[in-house]
Amino acid sequence: MPAADAGPEARRTLSVLVEDVPGVLAKVSGLFARRAFNIHSLAVGPSEVQGLSRITVVVDADPHLLEQITKQLNKLINVIKIIELEPAASVQREHLLIKVRADAAARLQVTQAVELFRAKIVDVSTDSLTVEATGAADKLDALLSVLEPFGVREIVRSGTLAISRGAKSMTDKAFK
Amino acid sequence: MSTPTQESPAAAAAHPERAGRITTADARLYGPGRSTAPETMTGSQAIVRSLEELGVTDVFGIPGGAILPTYDPLMDSPVINHILVRHEQGAGHAAQGYAMATGKVGVCFATSGPGATNLVTPLADAHMDSVPMVAITGQVNASVIGTDAFQEADIVGIATPITKHTFLVTDADEIPQVMAEAFHIASSGRPGPVLVDITKSAQAATTTFSWPPRLGLAGYKPVTRGHAKQIREAARMIAAAHRPVFYIGGGIIKAEAHQEFRELAETAGAPVVNTLMARGAFPDSHPLNVGMPGMHGSVSAVAALQQADLLITLGARFDDRVTGQLDTFAPEAKVIHADIDPAEISKNRYADVPIVGSLEAIIPELTAALREVTASTGAPDYSPWWTRLNRLRETYPLGWTEPEDGKIAPQKVIQRIGEASGPEAVYAAGVGQHQMWAAQFIGYERPRQWLNSGGLGTMGYAVPAAMGAAVGNPDRTVWAIDGDGCFQMTNQELATCAINKIPIKVAVINNSSLGMVRQWQTLFYESRYSNTHLNTAVSPSGEQVVRIPDFVALAEAYGCAGLRCEREEDIDSVIAQALEINDRPVVIDFVVSRDSMVWPMVPAGVSNSDIQVARNLTPDFDEED
Repeated sequence: MPAADAGPEARRTLSVLVEDVPGVLAKVSGLFARRAFNIHSLAVGPSEVQGLSRITVVVDADPHLLEQITKQLNKLINVIKIIELEPAASVQREHLLIKVRADAAARLQVTQAVELFRAKIVDVSTDSLTVEATGAADKLDALLSVLEPFGVREIVRSGTLAISRGAKSMTDKAFK
Repeated sequence: MSTPTQESPAAAAAHPERAGRITTADARLYGPGRSTAPETMTGSQAIVRSLEELGVTDVFGIPGGAILPTYDPLMDSPVINHILVRHEQGAGHAAQGYAMATGKVGVCFATSGPGATNLVTPLADAHMDSVPMVAITGQVNASVIGTDAFQEADIVGIATPITKHTFLVTDADEIPQVMAEAFHIASSGRPGPVLVDITKSAQAATTTFSWPPRLGLAGYKPVTRGHAKQIREAARMIAAAHRPVFYIGGGIIKAEAHQEFRELAETAGAPVVNTLMARGAFPDSHPLNVGMPGMHGSVSAVAALQQADLLITLGARFDDRVTGQLDTFAPEAKVIHADIDPAEISKNRYADVPIVGSLEAIIPELTAALREVTASTGAPDYSPWWTRLNRLRETYPLGWTEPEDGKIAPQKVIQRIGEASGPEAVYAAGVGQHQMWAAQFIGYERPRQWLNSGGLGTMGYAVPAAMGAAVGNPDRTVWAIDGDGCFQMTNQELATCAINKIPIKVAVINNSSLGMVRQWQTLFYESRYSNTHLNTAVSPSGEQVVRIPDFVALAEAYGCAGLRCEREEDIDSVIAQALEINDRPVVIDFVVSRDSMVWPMVPAGVSNSDIQVARNLTPDFDEED
């Protein structure tokens, strides 16, 4: 009986506020690797406070594992604050760049698909288009499956970015 | 952010051994707390000055190219005694032994590249056993980092998973702050090792030094006070339990909470088991002590956990060597778990009552809460529980069978060493059979009497750790209880001990084998002894005397006294002879039976209820009186 009812494994989003010092990303990602926590995506960039970076990490975890992940992350000296962002109480977006084959015959169909998904064409060549899209992961998956038949040459995805709904800021809470 | 705070005068008076030490996690600055005016100096001088301001008096290390600038001002330090070791691993384990024996932060120095990588084992060891330690390594010049420069290794990258924290310093101005932060992190909360990697260019640069520095560490706030409601709930559960057990770990020693714990245990009147890391945290001679739990624990301690209805877990972490197969461990018990590290709570075993905080604060509150509860409900009656445990304690005491090959029983040697030197001595063990026997057959009465590598299981720990303990405790007798395998991994530090007049005593429990591996080969691999004969006493067949090396000759070559004991009747006189020699280290080659095994034993991967007191012999737990 290692734990009380562990509950189902699900995709969960953590926002991790860290000091922007050399090696901090290695410390965070290394922790996931050595404790055998499974990362689905990880995105990092500056926050609104100078000297602090914000990491959005999506993991597959049951509640017990999520608690361990959070506690172990909190032990890292450079980690300031961790919050879980529930899908209902946050905005979660991913950014996608796709290079898709589109010769003169296919170009119109690709362009229509792109418009339907409210995506944008950001580069054009004689036999390809580069498409930019932002949205929830499932919407981007749907766009990809529509473009797949034309021949996808390259995909780059940002990993999920997430922010809580409402006026509050994570950095307010961290320094209260 | 809180300001540096010393312990209150009242608390200091109650605990004279803590006087002058900063023990609360609110405290931000380690050391005597002097302040100095700004002064221009080199980064190297700032390193040495920082160590002085932090109250460091002893450092273990070896110089090399990238740390050379710092060794120059070190030579002039009026307070820092640098002990030149023979291998960086020795420096690391010595710093650990020093820290474990004194409670202060242990410090070691190494150069870049191989010097730093040789510290990896001690860092990992200190991380597993929560030993406060700061390792300072030189790094190549900042301008050549990443170019595969001579003796360059990414030691920060290598050490990150095996330390509490790592720093890379490329700017000399950061040195005082980083040094103070490193000592604060190493010594507060759950203690652990911190690596400070400083480039040669930062050591050589000019900076302005002043003390105290301002500390950053916005993300580091160890919790010290336990939750009052949880503490009251714990007290209620203790009062309501029928079969409670205190399961205490090394955290009691780290928190200096042994006196407070003794009061709690006596107030409750419940049995106590102390883990390998907690030997000495509660006196072995105390009637409430039912022994050490775990793979080689005593039957009464293992049974106490298996049959308990409540575990009061204090500063322990449900290590697999204690729990055995986790899902059959203590199947009927509710769990109270108090620890300073929140990540330990419910990591391996679900805690019904989690309490996060410093044991030194939690335990007295729990005692008070328990008194309050029992004042209204009356003291709980644990007498049926004690009847059961006392029967097990009397029926299955620790012991051994005499070897059939006419050689000395290793257990007897270790027991006699403990009896001859008493609880005021310090005992450091290596890893293996001799370690388990030293845990079983020496009486531990005080914290910091017993040092070993519990979590990582590092062969070779004993000699350098004993050296460090002796430097920290020059007035105590310090024994290294070592095996013939372990001893050959780090015995070069005998040179360090001989030259620096560190008179440790090394008992080599020489069974001419990698004994614990041999025991497993006997039990689980049909006595096929693959690569476990060491030829340090006998040939693999056991028929000829082979001594490669001859440990007596080796000891003498290193400037130590070398003694040998091969007959049971000589054990006491040889120990007495060793205790008489205090001007140099002593090595005793105790030639013992290689067939002796460590019992009791819970074979790996089975339930603790399947503990064997001897081969294929399981105790009868259910017999009624």
